[in-house]
Amino acid sequence: MNGGLDGVALAVLVVLFALVTGMGFWATRWRRPTSMESLDEWGLGGRSFGTWITWFLLGGDLYTAYTFVAVPAAMFAAGAVSGFFAVPYTIILYPIIFIFMGRLWSVSHRHGYVTTADFVRGRFGSRGLSLAVAVTGFLATMPYIALQLVGIQAVLEVVGLGGGGNILAKDAPLFIAFVLLAAYTYSSGLRAPAVIAFVKDILIYLVIIVAIIYLPSKVGGWTEVFSAAEAKMTAASPADGKPVGAFVPGAQAHWAYATLGLGSALALFMYPHSITASLSAKSRNTIRRNASILPAYSFVLGLLALLGWVAIAAGTKPIGLDGKPNAQLVIPQLFEDMFPSWFAGIAFAAIAIGALVPAAIMSIAAANTFTRNIYKEWLKPDATPQQEAKVSKLVSLVVKAFALLFVLALDKQNAINFQLLGGIWILQTFPAVVLGLYTRYLHRWALVAGWAVGMVYGTWQAYEVANPRTGTSHFGGSLAQIPVIGQLGYIAVSAFVLNLLVAVVGTVVLRAAKAPAGHDETIRGDYFADEDDPRVVRDLDPMDPATPRH
Amino acid sequence: MSTTERPEPGEPRRDEVDHDTVPPARTGLLVLAGVLLAIPIVALLWTSSYSRVEPRLGAFPFFIWYQFVWVFLCSAMTYTAYRIVLVARPRRPMTGHDAHLPRARRTDRTEGQA
Repeated sequence: MNGGLDGVALAVLVVLFALVTGMGFWATRWRRPTSMESLDEWGLGGRSFGTWITWFLLGGDLYTAYTFVAVPAAMFAAGAVSGFFAVPYTIILYPIIFIFMGRLWSVSHRHGYVTTADFVRGRFGSRGLSLAVAVTGFLATMPYIALQLVGIQAVLEVVGLGGGGNILAKDAPLFIAFVLLAAYTYSSGLRAPAVIAFVKDILIYLVIIVAIIYLPSKVGGWTEVFSAAEAKMTAASPADGKPVGAFVPGAQAHWAYATLGLGSALALFMYPHSITASLSAKSRNTIRRNASILPAYSFVLGLLALLGWVAIAAGTKPIGLDGKPNAQLVIPQLFEDMFPSWFAGIAFAAIAIGALVPAAIMSIAAANTFTRNIYKEWLKPDATPQQEAKVSKLVSLVVKAFALLFVLALDKQNAINFQLLGGIWILQTFPAVVLGLYTRYLHRWALVAGWAVGMVYGTWQAYEVANPRTGTSHFGGSLAQIPVIGQLGYIAVSAFVLNLLVAVVGTVVLRAAKAPAGHDETIRGDYFADEDDPRVVRDLDPMDPATPRH
Repeated sequence: MSTTERPEPGEPRRDEVDHDTVPPARTGLLVLAGVLLAIPIVALLWTSSYSRVEPRLGAFPFFIWYQFVWVFLCSAMTYTAYRIVLVARPRRPMTGHDAHLPRARRTDRTEGQA
């Protein structure tokens, strides 16, 4: 099981990997624009993707390799609360984005916004608030990219690669994969992940459907799966005598389950990569239509979560090449044990390619955020669209290099901790972005204050979480006691409520003090615009090369 | 500026529409769509309503299959809400080079359709 190199699986993996690499480079010619030299083209695929491309792209973007590794791992190790919440989370996600994403698309279309910080800048006329949103998005995305590498690593480890003694042989496969990814993202921009997403999503659907039909029958059927899971979860843990996990959330975990779902759903579309994929849609209704077809992925994610319990019944032993147990390896290990080598290869390819699509989109989104909201806003206000595209392309490389360094040089637990923090942080931009789509009641300075309080509170609470079972005294999980209610809940949601309170109270005070509200460059009709409506021409500067031609 | 002008029958002059207003909509239908979108959110956040093992569906505990059922219900409700919203708020095109300005600030009121 461990140590040996699985040649057939590796060969299949390499072939499929080579295929998508070719597609990534070819993507630069797909739906070819007259010029790639602008963020609209490089960073948003020409804002031209229809319903189905958007479906594949968003599905490929949101349901990442890390999700596919971590959700079943959580089911396997800790049960339904920390694992299965992904299902309600990704269901209620879609009514929520249905409500506000149309407005964000419309106003971004009218004003040429590429990031949420662009919108906040235009809506509240506040560079400080815009910077806060941009920096939060950037920081939250970085560890997320690093975690995609962890997903690839998990697969490579199970195939038997990466066990070499010296650091070069150990990390070379991951290094090569990421260099190729960086190269075609650089040349093709968002078109590359859009094309690869087709392969990724089809492979994922194929693998999970086959797995969910074939594997339970190999371990004695679903009855056996659920009774094995129940037996494991309700047994007492040797560490503290409490049950190992939850088969079905008990009464004390209801708040945790609901707040994890709600907080994650509110946060997901605040991440730059989700916004990038949404704004690349060609019309206002593309996203709204997608809200009713994207749940197909949620269904598959639910099945995948159950595979974590199938692994319990199968007696899967996820042990890393270093000889230590590592729950993150449970799904690759289950596939390796139960599938014939050639199909295990396909399954590994699905996970590895599944890491490439989000990693590409995330690095593009982080690069766009840096370019628009830091470089152009603070460093070089007269940057032309060509310069913007150039900076963005370079930053996408830097971001990936950093992620690689992060995973190779540091313990990957760091990436997981930062990802946990990232989820808490990114939710703190919700009031400025989403409430801002509806009202300008909240004062820009109060929003900054609310954001700051939410960030500090959330970080502090996460730092304080200890997990005696794993022997960690900080960042042991994402749950803490909710003030007032007294139950365990997702820290991001408590911080978010605090953030809102500060923003509202601050607004009342600032308005009483007659603090100046910023200039709003949007009008009410902008929030309902569609693809045929013209972009706003900046009347002050007709010579501005950023002014689009109509 | 929350009132919209009722144009005379026939094609209204595009630049006579004040775009710094919310396009008119049928409120009742919007509320209906809002309710359809809220139902799955409330249902799934109400964890205590479904965190139990019985009744099973085959081998599947209630907790598991109930949430799978909501994938389909939520998708259907979101799609219905989408169709309702399309009817509730007909599209109001923005044309004219100065459609982005409130009407009072437009310089050239005689500009024809762009």
